[in-house]
Amino acid sequence: MKILVPIKRVVDANVKVRVLADHTGVDLNNVKMAMNPFCEIAIEEAVRLKEKGLANEIIAITVGDEKSQEQLRTAMALGADRSIWIEQGGAIEPLAIAKLLKAVVDKETPDLIILGKQSIDGDNNQVGQMLAAMCDMPQGTFAFNLEIAEGRAIVSREVDGGEQIVSLSLPAVVTTDLRLNEPRYAKLPDIMKAKKKPLEHLTAQALGINITSSLTLLSVNEPPARAAGVLVASTEELVNKLRHEARVIQ
Amino acid sequence: MSVLVIAEHSNSSLNIITGSVITAAAQFNTDIHVLVAGEHCQAAAEAARQYQGVSKVLIADNPANAHQLPEALTPLVTELAGNYCAVMAAASTTGKNLMPRVAAILDLAQISDIVTVISPDTFIRPIYAGNALATVQSSDSIKVITVRSSAFPEAEKSAEAKKGGQAELEKIDLSINQDKSLFVSETLVSSERPELASASVVISGGRGLGSAENFSVLERIADKLGAAIGASRAAVDAGYVGNDLQVGQTGKIVAPDLYIAVGISGAIQHLAGMKDSKVIVAINNDADAPIFQIADYGLVGDLFNVLPELESLL
Repeated sequence: MKILVPIKRVVDANVKVRVLADHTGVDLNNVKMAMNPFCEIAIEEAVRLKEKGLANEIIAITVGDEKSQEQLRTAMALGADRSIWIEQGGAIEPLAIAKLLKAVVDKETPDLIILGKQSIDGDNNQVGQMLAAMCDMPQGTFAFNLEIAEGRAIVSREVDGGEQIVSLSLPAVVTTDLRLNEPRYAKLPDIMKAKKKPLEHLTAQALGINITSSLTLLSVNEPPARAAGVLVASTEELVNKLRHEARVIQ
Repeated sequence: MSVLVIAEHSNSSLNIITGSVITAAAQFNTDIHVLVAGEHCQAAAEAARQYQGVSKVLIADNPANAHQLPEALTPLVTELAGNYCAVMAAASTTGKNLMPRVAAILDLAQISDIVTVISPDTFIRPIYAGNALATVQSSDSIKVITVRSSAFPEAEKSAEAKKGGQAELEKIDLSINQDKSLFVSETLVSSERPELASASVVISGGRGLGSAENFSVLERIADKLGAAIGASRAAVDAGYVGNDLQVGQTGKIVAPDLYIAVGISGAIQHLAGMKDSKVIVAINNDADAPIFQIADYGLVGDLFNVLPELESLL
């Protein structure tokens, strides 16, 4: 089984971003960048399937600027066999990312595509589902467990009211939720080995994909600030304030 | 052209977050149609007819739609979409599962998780865990949108007798049989308490509670307040409660009148799910916990003293 794992370079999950003074975006200068946490989980799941003997090849792929190759190297240090970098300097919307990935899926014909359910920058939660639709594949989104049996993927999904299990024919798209696994750390020898693994360079143009977006970002603003709160000295004072000042309880 | 709202329902009942999507749809100042796709979903369709502003309810009642799998629903929605200027669903796990699939088939962008409709082509949506708000304009002929239900109140229901009361009901016969995705099972947590996503009071526990058993103290307080129970990711990961209670960037987004955070430190990802609450109370033994920075009322103290006191004072 061949597994494709699309990943993304994003602002580190612990960084609180600041909006630029000209409202064109957020300040990404000198900010720590990392692999999107859900993508780490996707790589880990693919590596576990390979370790179980269920997969024989893992390809990591990303759409991003030159620096996003760092995350591909990380993916290869974690266990991806090779990777594909689709060079894209500027902002790109999920629909265009899905189209680029679809072009590679047509070429590579993976049996399984595992990707993060959302990236923590745009918070769109779209690419996996869009890619599945474009490839006419079934999808198991927000997965917290994945089993491969008799040519199908059995995906346990986190849904608002609890849990749902679906059985998907392969090839299929699976998007990861936080509890699917706990990603490992890359070991130094593996980081060294990853430098020698193949990294293919592609562009939207070479793939013949138009990435123009129908969306225009007009402005980016800070959310309204909350008024400063107060510390209360006792539970009694708290209940009193909630009853008589905030009037939110009876 | 009208707006099509995809109903969130369990066949037998309509989820009230659909009412929030209808409020967002009403800002397009045009007719609103609601699609109820399911099996034996007449009750949900009837409930959808009660909302003001809804002129028609489309009911696609078919075994193929029983579990509302996106593989089955996408062809149905894309077939209908051509008649509308916008297709909207709640940014719930169901809506998030379906709508990007619909958008991709129609070759349209999706605008996720909107919190404001500025005009029928311009919307505000949070990015970076809500640390920034993006204003985006779409030039697509059909806008495919998911709506953050906590940002819009539930639409008003019209009394039956009132003029312009009940919406027309239309049956949709198109059904898609597919076997690429098969439903296996579902475990839904039922609770007597209000739904987390729409409760007016939420009390959430974090890792500070220390055990699943200690959540029972929260339950007693929740019962006194008529509150829903929530949890931080840390509490869910520690196995204290199920994932259906997780509040945060990747869990549920809530904006109740009162949010009480107990033993929650306040990671960016948790704040993203509750910082639009009207009144925030933080109870934590660590005075430096980030949760205090956004709390209206903070109480530094030992939870195991404070909670019993709180219970007896309410």
